Amino acid sequence: MPHYMLAAHTRADEDQDSMTAEEQRASWERIQTIETEMKSKGAWVFSARLHDPDTATVVRMSNGEVLTTDGPFAESKDHLGGFYLIDSPDLDAAIAWAAKVSEAIGHPIEVRPFAGVAWEPGG
Amino acid sequence: MADASPATAADIGRIFREESGRSIAALIRVLGDIDLAEDAVQEAFVVALRRWPADGLPPNPGGWITTTARNRAIDRLRRQAREREVIGEAAAIDPPSTIDPTSEEVGPVKDDRLRLIFTCCHPALAPEAQVALTLRLLGGLTTEEVAAGFLVSEGTMAKRLTRAKHRITAARVPYRVPEDHELPQRLPPVLAVVYLIYNAGLTGRDESSALCVEAIRLARLLAELMPDENEVAGLLALVLLIEARRAARTGRDGTVVVLAEQDRSRWDRALIEEGHAIVRRCLRADRPGPYQLQAAIQAVHTDAPTFEATDWSQITALYDQLFQFAPTPVVRLNRAIAVGEVDGPGPALGLVDDLLPELEGYHAFHAARADLLARLGRSAEAAVAFDRAADLAPTEAEREFLRLGGRSSSR
Repeated sequence: MPHYMLAAHTRADEDQDSMTAEEQRASWERIQTIETEMKSKGAWVFSARLHDPDTATVVRMSNGEVLTTDGPFAESKDHLGGFYLIDSPDLDAAIAWAAKVSEAIGHPIEVRPFAGVAWEPGG
Repeated sequence: MADASPATAADIGRIFREESGRSIAALIRVLGDIDLAEDAVQEAFVVALRRWPADGLPPNPGGWITTTARNRAIDRLRRQAREREVIGEAAAIDPPSTIDPTSEEVGPVKDDRLRLIFTCCHPALAPEAQVALTLRLLGGLTTEEVAAGFLVSEGTMAKRLTRAKHRITAARVPYRVPEDHELPQRLPPVLAVVYLIYNAGLTGRDESSALCVEAIRLARLLAELMPDENEVAGLLALVLLIEARRAARTGRDGTVVVLAEQDRSRWDRALIEEGHAIVRRCLRADRPGPYQLQAAIQAVHTDAPTFEATDWSQITALYDQLFQFAPTPVVRLNRAIAVGEVDGPGPALGLVDDLLPELEGYHAFHAARADLLARLGRSAEAAVAFDRAADLAPTEAEREFLRLGGRSSSR
């Protein structure tokens, strides 16, 4: 089945800090419920949450030398906070999952089809 | 066929317009590929253009096109050895060896055009892409014709279509009719696309009136395919009743003729009767929605023998109902205009002025305000408002009409 990335985009100024501990726990519980459902329906492949963009390192090759700069590749208020890789028959099914995740975390979700996915040999 | 009469290029052009949407829709289902389906149908029409003028029309031209196109597409796939799986799938649905190209089309179980319009108008596509795809794939318009209707270059439109089709393929926009429970979300963009096509034809240049014809054809098709959806019926009634008055909206010299001044004998009675019958059926079903209410408003207008005899209080009440579904400033503006005919220009002007911040950039707002001011004898203010309206109006005919102080409405 085709794979989609559900990318959660968050804004730097409205990170989790703006949530109370209670809200964070409620959000986490909603996410757990959705992930359980994703797994039971065979949609879940992989999910990940990322550290803040200021922990990122951009690497470039310049005249055979490795150049590194700190911070994210694109300076932007919005950044990728985490993502799911899901297996879904078509865009409508992927949108339905994205709607659930977006509702749970209170952030927009970018749904993007994978052009190809490679797994480790025998994986 | 001994009794077949020779077909002219014009006949074939008409058949293309009427039938290509159905053929493309069926082939997308069989082949799972929009471009392949489009190319195959094009090719089939090229064959038709060569054969039909001499041989005459086959008994079912649309079916002949679909069958020929399918055979061509399958031949092409066969030549492309790498795509064997797709051939297997197509052959499983309809083994090409058993198709007799002269036979009647082996009809699809359900009309594929419904799948196609829901795919073209998928909410994941931008409205301008939805419109372009619908006209190109279902309407059988050329890219050049679609571009002309929306005042963009052919190259721009070609790019828009290519991107939209790529998006459908890459993101796997499904090719299916939504379930009943999905319709409340999925039907509105379909209806909006058809209405947008109609309005583009209405407000555009003369050449774009083909879009009105196409929108009505699409509305009829939807009403036929979804007979239980009242809003679909409402949309059809709405475009029929506006279409009935289209010729009378323009004077012999190409100028704008407002409703109050229109020669009602130029209204198309057959379209009005058809529209009214649909509106009555909707009223009986009693499940109102925005398109049905707009159609009902048009029905009240087209029911009146003269402008003065219009049942304006009925129109005001319908706008109140419409506002429940579509709480927009434009609906409030139209309601205010109706109030102006019931309670006079004074109270109406108050309602119109309330809309100033939201509708400052909308020519019809300034035109309505100007008309009310003129009726109140405040001619200097009216002149300023007419000028503002003229500056904002989308077409030259409207600009000219408004610069003359909306003179044909000198009441």
